[in-house]
Amino acid sequence: MFTTLNNQDQPINQPATGDAGDFVVGSSLWKDAWRRLLKNKLAVFGLAVVATITVASFVGPPIIKAATGFTYDFMPQNVLLLKSMPPFRGPEVSLSLTHPMGTDNSGRDILARVLLGGRISLMVGLISTLVSLVIGVSYGAVAGYLGGRVDSLMMRLVDVLYSLPYIILVIVLLALFRSSTALGQLVLLFVALGAVSWLTMARIVRGQVLSLKNQEFVLAARATGVSTPRIIFRHIVPNTLGPVIVYATLTIPTVMLSEAFLSFLGLGVQAPLASWGSLAAEGIQNIAIFPWQLIFPGVTMALTLFSLNFLGDGLRDALDPQMRK
Amino acid sequence: MLRFIIRRLLITIPTILVVITLTWGLIRLAPGNFYTGEKKIAPEIEANIRARYGLDRPWYVQYGRTMGHILLLDFGDSLKYGGQPVNRIIARSLPVSATVGILAYLLALVVGITIGSIAALKQNSRWDYGSMTLAMLGISIPNFVLGPLLVLIFSLSLYWLPPARWNGFFSKNLILPVLTLSAIYMAYIARLTRAGMLEVLRSDYIRTARAKGLRERDVVIRHALRGGLMPVVSFTGRALAFLLTGTVVVEKIFALPGLGNYLIKASLNRDVPLILGIVSFIAITLLLMNLLVDIAYGYLDPRIRY
Repeated sequence: MFTTLNNQDQPINQPATGDAGDFVVGSSLWKDAWRRLLKNKLAVFGLAVVATITVASFVGPPIIKAATGFTYDFMPQNVLLLKSMPPFRGPEVSLSLTHPMGTDNSGRDILARVLLGGRISLMVGLISTLVSLVIGVSYGAVAGYLGGRVDSLMMRLVDVLYSLPYIILVIVLLALFRSSTALGQLVLLFVALGAVSWLTMARIVRGQVLSLKNQEFVLAARATGVSTPRIIFRHIVPNTLGPVIVYATLTIPTVMLSEAFLSFLGLGVQAPLASWGSLAAEGIQNIAIFPWQLIFPGVTMALTLFSLNFLGDGLRDALDPQMRK
Repeated sequence: MLRFIIRRLLITIPTILVVITLTWGLIRLAPGNFYTGEKKIAPEIEANIRARYGLDRPWYVQYGRTMGHILLLDFGDSLKYGGQPVNRIIARSLPVSATVGILAYLLALVVGITIGSIAALKQNSRWDYGSMTLAMLGISIPNFVLGPLLVLIFSLSLYWLPPARWNGFFSKNLILPVLTLSAIYMAYIARLTRAGMLEVLRSDYIRTARAKGLRERDVVIRHALRGGLMPVVSFTGRALAFLLTGTVVVEKIFALPGLGNYLIKASLNRDVPLILGIVSFIAITLLLMNLLVDIAYGYLDPRIRY
C-alpha cells in the first residue's frame, strides 16, 4: 500500500490502473480516502489516540478491578475526610503504582473514575450524534428532495431554531426535569443534546440532496417506479455519506464538550457515575490542595477532543480533496 | 434595506415569542413547584400560595397573563430573592456578564485576526502549522479546564493575580476570566481569518492591487483584510450565543455574580419569573444582535443585496 503513496492526488472517481497486465485494480472512494487519511500525520495521531482512549475506557476498569480491586465507586473504609492521595503513592506514602492518578476526596481511585468518565463521555458523544444524525439526515433529505414550498417551510423552521439560544433552553430543561436517578439524567442528556444538534446536519444533507436529485440515476429510479421514500433513503442518502461522516465526526467533540459543560454545572451526569465534566467539577473544589483531581480528567478530555478534531479535519481533507488548500 | 430589516423583524418577533412559550411550557410540564421542598406543607397553605401567584387559574389565563407582562417588559418579582424585581436582578448582573463577554470578544478579535492573517500570509510555513495547531488546542481545551489551570498557575503558584470574585470593572480580577473565556474565540477567529484570507489572497482584485504596485502592507491591510474578514463578521452572531454559554461556566469558576449564575440558580430553584425573565432577555438580545450582524454584513460586502 505504501509504495503507491505518491500518486494519490488524482481525481477520486478515476480508477487507479495497475501494471498493464492481468487485471485492473479498481480503487474505491473509500479506499482512496483511507490512503489519503493515512498520509495525514495529525489525523493518524488523532485516530490512534481516540482508539487508545476508547479501548482503555472499555477494557480498563475490569483490568484495574482484577489487578487492584478498585472500581469507580469503591470507597476504602479507613480514609480520613478530605484526605486525597497524590499520584504514584501507596498507603505508606512511598512510591507505588497503586494509584497512578491519585485518589479523590472519598479515597476513590481517580484512574478508574477517569476511565469510567471516558466511557460515559464517549457514549454521550456517540449516541447523541447518532440521534442528531437520524433526525438531521431524514429531515434534510426529505426537505431537499421534495423541494418547493415544503422545502422552504422546513428550512425556515431550521433557520428559526438555529437562532434560538438552545443551550440556555437545555440548561432550563435539565434543571427542571432533574431525574432522581443517575441513569434517568443520562437519558435526558442524550435526548436533549441530540435534539439540539441536528440543525447543521439537516442543512448539509439538504444541500447535497439538491445537487443529487436531478442526476440520471434518480431519474432512472423514478422511471422504473421506485417509491419516493425508497428513492430518498436507498438511492440518495447513501450518496451523501461522505459529508455526513465528516460532519458527524466533528459533531462528536462538540457534543462531548456540551455534555462536559452541563455536567460541570451539575446538571448532567451525576455521582456515583462520572463523566469528564463532573470529575472536573469535583476536582475544581480542591484545586489549591489536590490539583491532580482536576488535571487528570481535564487533560484526558482535552487530549481526546483535540484528537477527534484532528481526525475530523483529516477525514474532511481525505473525503473531499477539493476542499484542501 | 428597509424592507429587509422589516422582513427580518417579522421573523424575529415570533421567534422570541416561541422561545418564551417554550420555556413557559417546560416550566409547567416539569414535576414539582417552586414551593415544594424538603418539608411537606399543609394543603391550606399550599392553596393560599397557589391563589397568591395565580396558579389556581386555568393554564390559558396564566399563559396570557405571563405573556402580557413580558410583552410590557415587566417580568415580575423573583420568588427566591426576597421579592426583588426580576428587572433589577437583570440590571445588576448584566453589566458583569457583558463586561467579561465584550472584553473577551475584543481580545479574541485582536489576537485571532493577527494570528490568522500571519498564518495565511505564510501559508504552509512553520508559523502556519504552529499557530493552527495552537488554535486546535484552543478549541479542544474546555474552558472549565483552562480556567482552573490558569488559576493554579497565576494565582496559586505565582501569586500574580486574584483567583476569583468580582471587584468592580477594570480590576485585576477580570484578567483571568477574560483570558479563559476568550481562548476558544481566539482559536475560532484565527481559523476563520486564515481560511477567509487564503480565499481572498487568490482573488483577482488582489492581483490587480499588486499589479498596480501597491506596497504589500497596503494590499494586505486595505484590500485583503476587508474581504478576508467576512467569515469573522458572520461568526459574530453565533459567537454571541457561545459567549453566553461560556460566561455561565466562567461565572461559576470565578464566582462572578453574572446572568448565567442567576439563570442556573433560578432553574434549580424553579424561580419562574426569574427564569422567564433571563431567558426572554437573552433571547431578545441574541436575536437583535443577529439582526445587527446581518445588516452590518450588507454594508461591509457590497456584493450582497437584500
